[in-house]
This record gives sequence, structure tokens and C-alpha cells, in this order.
Amino acid sequence: MGSSSSNLNTIPNSQELMQETGFSAAHLLRLYERFEFLDKDNKGHLRPEDFEAVQELSTNPIGDIIIGSFFSPGQETVDFPSFVRILAHFRPAEKNRTRDGAQPEPANSSTGKLKFAFQLYDRDRDGKISREELLQVLRAMLEMQVTEEQLESMAERAIQEADLDEDDAISFDEFKKSLEKVNIDHKMSIHFMK
Amino acid sequence: MENLWCVAAVVFQLWMFVVVFLITLPAMFGLSLGVTGVYIQILVKLLEWATVRIQRGQQEQPGVPVPLPTGIIERAEVSMEEEMWELRRSRPIPAKEFALSDVMYFYKKGLESIVDDQVTQRFSSEELASWNLLTRTNQNFQYISLRLTIIWGLGVFVRYCILFPLRITLAIIGLSWLVIGTTLVGFLPESRGKNWLSELVHLTCYRICARGLSATIHYHNKENRPQKGGICVANHTTPIDVVILANDGCYAMVGQIHGGLMGVLQRSMVRTCPHVWFERSEMKDRHAVTSRLRDHVAAKTKLPILIFPEGTCINNTSVMMFKKGSFEIGGTIYPVTIKYDPRFGDAFWNSSKYNMVSYLLRMMTSWAIVVNVWYLPPMTRQDDEDAAQFANRVKSAIAHQGGLLDLAWDGGLKRGKVKDSLKEEQQKMYSSIIVGQNGINPSETNNHATDDQSAFF
Repeated sequence: MGSSSSNLNTIPNSQELMQETGFSAAHLLRLYERFEFLDKDNKGHLRPEDFEAVQELSTNPIGDIIIGSFFSPGQETVDFPSFVRILAHFRPAEKNRTRDGAQPEPANSSTGKLKFAFQLYDRDRDGKISREELLQVLRAMLEMQVTEEQLESMAERAIQEADLDEDDAISFDEFKKSLEKVNIDHKMSIHFMK
Repeated sequence: MENLWCVAAVVFQLWMFVVVFLITLPAMFGLSLGVTGVYIQILVKLLEWATVRIQRGQQEQPGVPVPLPTGIIERAEVSMEEEMWELRRSRPIPAKEFALSDVMYFYKKGLESIVDDQVTQRFSSEELASWNLLTRTNQNFQYISLRLTIIWGLGVFVRYCILFPLRITLAIIGLSWLVIGTTLVGFLPESRGKNWLSELVHLTCYRICARGLSATIHYHNKENRPQKGGICVANHTTPIDVVILANDGCYAMVGQIHGGLMGVLQRSMVRTCPHVWFERSEMKDRHAVTSRLRDHVAAKTKLPILIFPEGTCINNTSVMMFKKGSFEIGGTIYPVTIKYDPRFGDAFWNSSKYNMVSYLLRMMTSWAIVVNVWYLPPMTRQDDEDAAQFANRVKSAIAHQGGLLDLAWDGGLKRGKVKDSLKEEQQKMYSSIIVGQNGINPSETNNHATDDQSAFF
């Protein structure tokens, strides 16, 4: 990483962040260094252009959609706590965690991850994936490789399969049901080095 | 007062005596008094002791973040096809269909690259697995023990007060000898004697400079050394690569004419030896560059050209895309791998962080530079491959020899936008998995654009 050593004191609210997201001190420090690296002009927050500078992200077919998921609707900047909270969704889930009912669902549980994946499709956050939203994602992943008709038939098939209450859109519960056999924790986890 | 001047004069004379007779002259003849060898061995023992000590200390202090030489996340090297198959394994419908869960694969890859990407990793200095007692590589290494700190302090003293003045003196001697020597030889008429003399001047100067960096160079496979009329390509880590290679043979350098000290050196060098220097404006003209280099190679008596096809300095953990321009000239390619040992000093020139002068100062205050140079067997372009494929073949050979990672990314784009063709490749791959042959076939897109301005360096 190549930067000078910083310690936890330079990160504001580090203790709360660690509590909330479950990242260890060492990981938080690494993520802070990465945040500072992406923030080339030292603004203290990140804009879409800072993400676009990552070469590997620009070659990802849904790169723009991923960048969009970091910014809440209407917002143009993301600060470090928000950055970390979003990455927290991709922490491997802890096994055998007992929690009482009052605690909010942790971001990196299976449900938390599913919710996050759902939001990738449901861009306007209305709780349902409409046909048009599904088409947008499909279009991004395939672009020139298939015809428009093929895209539409794919979207049609996916909706027919998942849409149980026949409202021509996929709600979160239907989404969850459709993916119940997928090992979410394995597919949507990033393994941070110890 | 008089006495002080006398003492100073004596010290100075002693100093110059040591430098000239014990270092410079042996260097010129390629001999070594063995002092550097002993020094390196002592250093190795010291660093091994320090490593053990630090590891012990880290176990006692669990809160300290551990250094991570390969990046902060662990990536599973699974292909897209395998991932998609996995995602569908439990589903009743056939595999070749879009599934809602497909997006997770791309999402995960995308976030992995946000957290840690392969390209930027290559443009910062390699993170060491253990501290090598240089302040500059001290990342998150905290106070471990008194003895370690004392050794570190001693190291600082030795490096800055003893080695550094020595090295500066040697560098000055070496460079001035280059300028004077080449100017003198330049007055001679063209003859075999002149070539021999010019090679001698160049060799001795580079050897002195190498001593000026406390460089220990191990050459392997010397039978594959580049011959006249060939092109030598190597991976690029630092401008010092030139000194390292030129210690063992004479090359014709290629590059831009600079102003200032570099310009003086370049102009004097070209008096005796046919180096190929370009004006800045000429560099943009690909055809002019190619034709000049072609002429040079065609004259089989001229020295081999030295080219670094990556075009920029990489941090010696990987090899990035080779620009195909050098591989279009023709002639025999002699690949060379250069691998620096990072324990003794960080040789990578991060041009965005340090300018040339501060970089050289850092080099002269490291422990030493230990380098392995492998000469690979010569390669020529086969009939059925184009320049880009040939470039990739040479790149793989170089990466394989040095144990470096073979990356397809273009180092020159570290500050620019990536070509859309790479994104299209991903989309093509995905579509072939879920659609198979039913997808439309767009016309073949050339991955390496032919109107690439900077095709050489």
C-alpha cells in the first residue's frame, strides 16, 4: 500500500464504526488507507469519478451500477463511514452469532446481503424490481452481444419464474425465494486477509 | 587554525586514496576486493535476526496490523464459467439461462477491485513481509525492543554518514569520467580502435556508478548475452536498470533527449557510440522512430539496442503489457529479466511521488542494491503471430524467469481510461455462457488499437 503508518486515532468515530460494521481495527485501517488513496484530491469524500479511476472497475460490465450503489439517491458524495458500511455487506457472515431481537439485522448476514443485491436491481428503491429495471441490468451485462429481443425474452423468463403473486414485478420476498438455494454468504463475501 | 586545515587535508587525501585505489581502479577492471560481499553477508544475518525479533514482538502485541505483501484481500482465482455454473447448480432449470443471481459474480468482482486492484498495487513499492530496518519501509511497524531500535539507529548513522558520502563521490567520479572520456575518444577518427576505446570508457564508467550504489549484480546465463544487431528487451523498474545492464556489455540506448545534466550525458555519449536519441517531437511519429531503429538494427555491426517495452516503471512484482512497437522492427529479440532483492533497498522509481534527484538520494542511502539478471535465449517472431502476440510471448518468458506476475494491463494507462474492448471481452464471455451460440457475433474487434499514439514507450 505504500503509505505512512496511520493509527486508529486519525479515523473519526472508529470505535462506533468497528462496532457497527464488525471490521477489526486492522481492516478498518487498511480500508481507510484505501479510501484516502481513492480520494486523490484529498477532499475527504469520494465522487463517482474517483471510482471510475480504478481500471478493473471500468472493465466490469456493471461497473457503473456498482458505483451507483455507493451513493444514496440524490447524493453525489460518499464519506468514509458510508464507504465502510457498504463494504461491510461483503464481510463473511459470522457463524453461530446469537443476537437478541432488538438488534438490527447485521449488514453481512444473508438477509443483509440479499437486500443489498436486491437494491442493485431496484434502483429507484420502490421495493420492487420492475421489468424495466431488470432490462437495464441485463443490458449492462450483455450490451452488444445479444439483440434487444433476446434481452426482453430473458427478462420475461426471469420475471415469470420469480414472480409468484403475478404483479409483473419482483418483490424482495420473491427475490429471496428465488435465490434460496444459492449460497449467498459464499458468493457475496470478500475475504479480507487476517 | 593551521592545524585544523592540515588535519582536514590529510583526511581528505586519505579519503581520496581509499576511494580511488580501493574502489575506482578495481571497479574499472571489473575486479572486486570482496568488501561488498562481506557487507552483504553481514546485512543478511542482521536482517534475519531482525525478522525473527519482529515476528516475536508481533505475536506479543496482537493489535498491530500485519504487513500484507499480496494485497489486503484474498481473491479466489475462479473463472467466470465456473462461478456461473456454481450459481446454478441447485436450480431445476437448464444452465444456459440468465439467472438473477448472476449479478452477484460481477458485484463481488467489482467490489474486490474497489478495495484492492491489481494495477495500482503495481505502482507503489512492494510491501515487505518484514521490516528491513529502513525508516522509509516502516509501515505499521511499532516499537518492538530497545535492541532493534539501537540497531536501526546505527544503521541510519552508517548509511547516511559513511556510505552516502562515499557513494556520492563515486557517482561524481563516474559521471565526470564518462563525459571526459567520451569527449576525448570522440576526437578520434572512426576505427576499430575507437570502438574498443569507447566500449572501455562506457564499461568502466558504469562499473564505477554501480559501485556508487553498492550494487551487487548476479548475471545468469551469460551465453545468451545480446549480440550486435539485436534488440534487448527487459522489464523496467527504475532508471538504474540501464546501469545494471550496461555493467556487462555495451548497448545503444534509445530515448528522448532531455535538458540539463541528462542532456549533457546523452550528448557526450553519442559522440562515441551510436545511441539513438530522439527529439520530443520525433517521438510522436511512429514511422520515424521505427525506421531509425530499423536502420540501426540492419547495420549488423552496431551495438544492440536496449528497449523497455513497458514504457513506464513498475514495482518489480509483475510485468505489464509490452508495447508492440519494439517488436515490429524485426531482428532478433534478446529478453532479459531484472529482479531486485527488496530486502536491501527499494529500487522502484515512483515517478509521481519522487523526482529523479530525490530518488537517487534514496537509492544512495539504502543498504545496498542486490540484483539478479537473467539472460534468456533469443527469440524471433514466428510467421503466424503478429507483433502483439510476439510481445506477449516475450513478456511471459520474462515474467516466468523472474517469478513475476504476468499481467495484461497497460502500465501506461495508470492515469488514463481503459479501452472499452476489455469491457466487451467480459460481456462476450458472459453472453457465451448464458446464450451460447445464439448470440449475435459482432465484427472482430481488435484488442490493441492500431492508432495507438505511444506504441513504443
